[in-house]
Amino acid sequence: MKLLKLIPDDTNFPFTKYRWHALVVTLAAFFGSLFAIFAAPGLNFGVDFRGGITIEAHDTAPIDLSTVRQAVGALNLGAFKVQEFGAPTQIVVALEATPVEGQAADAGQQEIATRVREAIIAALGDDVKFERQEVVGPTVSGELTQRGFLAVGLATTMMLVYIWFRFQLQWGAGAVLGVIHDTVITVGLIALFQFTFDLNVVAAILTVIGYSVNDTVVVYDRIRENLRKYKKMPLAELIDLSLNETLTRTVVTGGTSILALAALVAFGGEVLRGFCFAIMFGIIVGTYSSLFVAAPFLLLTGVKRDWAKVKGAAPAQA
Amino acid sequence: MLQYRLWQKILIVGSVILAAILAIPNFFTKEEVALWPGFAPKGRIALGLDLQGGSYLLLGVDTEKVIDDRLTAMRQEIQRAMRPTGGRERIALEAAPTLNPAADSITLRVRDAAQVEDAAKRVRDLTRAGAVIGAGVRPYDVAVTGSRIDVVMHPEAKRAFGQEALADSIEVVRRRIDPAGNKEVLIQPQGADRIVVQAPGDNDPEALKQIINRTGQLSFHRVDVSVSPEDQAAGLLPPNRIVVPIAATEGGGALVLWEEPEVTGDMVESASAGLNSDGGGFQINFSFDSRGARRFADYTREHIGELFAIVLDNEVISYPRIQSAITGGGGRITGNFSPEEANRIATLIRSGALPAPLTTLDQRTVGPDLGADSIRAGGIASIIAFGLVVLFMIVTYGRFGVYANIALIANLILLFGVLSILGSTLTLPGIAGIVLTIGMAVDANVLIYERIREEIAGGKTPIQATELGFSKAFSAIADSNITTLLAAWIMLMLGAGPVRGFALTLAVGVVTSVFSAIVITRLIAGQYLLSKRPKTITL
Repeated sequence: MKLLKLIPDDTNFPFTKYRWHALVVTLAAFFGSLFAIFAAPGLNFGVDFRGGITIEAHDTAPIDLSTVRQAVGALNLGAFKVQEFGAPTQIVVALEATPVEGQAADAGQQEIATRVREAIIAALGDDVKFERQEVVGPTVSGELTQRGFLAVGLATTMMLVYIWFRFQLQWGAGAVLGVIHDTVITVGLIALFQFTFDLNVVAAILTVIGYSVNDTVVVYDRIRENLRKYKKMPLAELIDLSLNETLTRTVVTGGTSILALAALVAFGGEVLRGFCFAIMFGIIVGTYSSLFVAAPFLLLTGVKRDWAKVKGAAPAQA
Repeated sequence: MLQYRLWQKILIVGSVILAAILAIPNFFTKEEVALWPGFAPKGRIALGLDLQGGSYLLLGVDTEKVIDDRLTAMRQEIQRAMRPTGGRERIALEAAPTLNPAADSITLRVRDAAQVEDAAKRVRDLTRAGAVIGAGVRPYDVAVTGSRIDVVMHPEAKRAFGQEALADSIEVVRRRIDPAGNKEVLIQPQGADRIVVQAPGDNDPEALKQIINRTGQLSFHRVDVSVSPEDQAAGLLPPNRIVVPIAATEGGGALVLWEEPEVTGDMVESASAGLNSDGGGFQINFSFDSRGARRFADYTREHIGELFAIVLDNEVISYPRIQSAITGGGGRITGNFSPEEANRIATLIRSGALPAPLTTLDQRTVGPDLGADSIRAGGIASIIAFGLVVLFMIVTYGRFGVYANIALIANLILLFGVLSILGSTLTLPGIAGIVLTIGMAVDANVLIYERIREEIAGGKTPIQATELGFSKAFSAIADSNITTLLAAWIMLMLGAGPVRGFALTLAVGVVTSVFSAIVITRLIAGQYLLSKRPKTITL
């Protein structure tokens, strides 16, 4: 049986030779992402972080968005969005948190939700069904934002410490540089495509961090092994060799993960689409960063060449 | 080593079979499982609210208000204690005791220095009457400086009162949402002042909120008809009177009532909605406990012909004229109630009053239809993802791809088995976690196979190459999967419900996938290589 070879057996792609080209691409993507996040188009925050209301309504007939916009607009509740969601008979109405006079902020959101539901029923008739409703007050949205940042920060730090412990500090720094790169660009893509940025997306980012470091560790592990094997080989050549040796694995694992995620994006339903896209983007970006960010970074800092005496890391069996 | 001992083989195959058995209950309904004999596995993977539909509410308990209420009550008691009663002389204060909510303290100044000792003693007696908190800590500290007496609530007591309010609120909420105790409603405390309510099924969040967000404070008051509408509008009231608005369904407006209630809601034992026995609409029937029944009978006997107001949450819901003494120990509240409103009021009365109002901080509801859609979509996506990965592995690694696929199936069986005994909750992101596991589970196999390829290219025999492949790939497999576990662990610690579901499936999936790839694939591959001893292998 002839097997499919995605990557030929003896690739010899000079990754490190292109590290300056890659750096330009990386920096462009990085700052482009920062621009997309902070300037335009900006992150499309979900209720988790911005507070406010999301209501998903299903009707039996296709819904005229402008009717709903008019009805909700008549309530004078500040900024809101009405969008089709998955099918013409389904819409999502999202409102930003607006203060209600004479009411505590959290209780006010609940009252607004009731009023919006009534307005939608008045506009679309009694057949309309509310399939999803999320009402988040400012107390909780503030806490969730804090927790989201904490989670991403904690994950990054733990990766640094873990790789420091298993390898060396500059390896950890290289991996974390990759993680920061992946996080920023994934969030940038989320902003660019205007997917809702919510708690699920934070979970997606944490997954991407795990995956990206996973990918980097496999490459690092091979570099370390080759450092033991070829004590005199120049570092650039050695990194290239290691990257090429692990390239098939990088592509195959990335490939199966993306296949699985593509199935989720295509068939997994509207609610999870942003989440799955985020992980898929992240895996692509993470694979790139392992090859062009984390590994070449070791060239900059240099590495310990003599690994034979390290405790815990058993010498490779030949 | 590709060679396994027999007991090892039995253990490996046995663990997969055990996991399969543990996963069986998921294919039956809860009712069916309940009928199984005691030794049978019963753990099922519960569906999250986002999959089965339902409402999640995060409620905040205003514990500050509870503390303030206690302090206010204590201030009144102190004031009363300074009055001349039972042979004790009056103690004159410079002004009414002042309450400082920020410091949780009450301050009083005694006018006559000779009486300070006596005043302090009376205050101490009062504050000692309360329950002792924790290990000998009294709820209040009393300090005397000159003519000034400070009564400060102990921080320990403050926490205990807050906890008590939280526990009481949970009880009341439970009685309101799930009076019969037969629904699968989860009501739990979160932190010091929050309650999480998870109500599965087709719950209307609006109806839920209407029943939770009302305090449910019921009282029966004497109506003062002597105040003219003009005086009432100008706020000229006799002492100890209050103006309470009348419910819109009863015609609106307001009534002047005596502030002190004749009977209070805590003396009501039961309440239920029923058809109005004369006239249309619905009414609420209620009955008092013995104390309430006696008070109500006495009061109605003495005030025949007068108006009498039933107040719920600072709103008059009914104000009938007393026709005769009511000695039956109960009564009915008539008004223009819809059946829903009558039911709601009956539930509120029955459940008792909340110690403090609840605020809904976070509310998420998913309809059962959307939940069913999500399950269907997640299922289809899982099957397609599985099919794609299986195909990909066969095309890439041939015979060894098939082995990896067998390990993948074993991995999924193990995953479901573990999730079942943990009785964990499957959420929509959790399904995504399973799909992602399918994609990433083959990673360990890929690492091993790539190693074997290299070793074969280096001139090793198939058996040697395979043995080396497994042993050399191990460090990369371990290191790389630990990082994913770390990420999942953070999500479990910091994430909210659905995200935790994702983290759990991801974490369990990582562990089972490493086991499957390393142990099961090696078993199958070893079995093939050692029995057939092929000269060459393709992968």
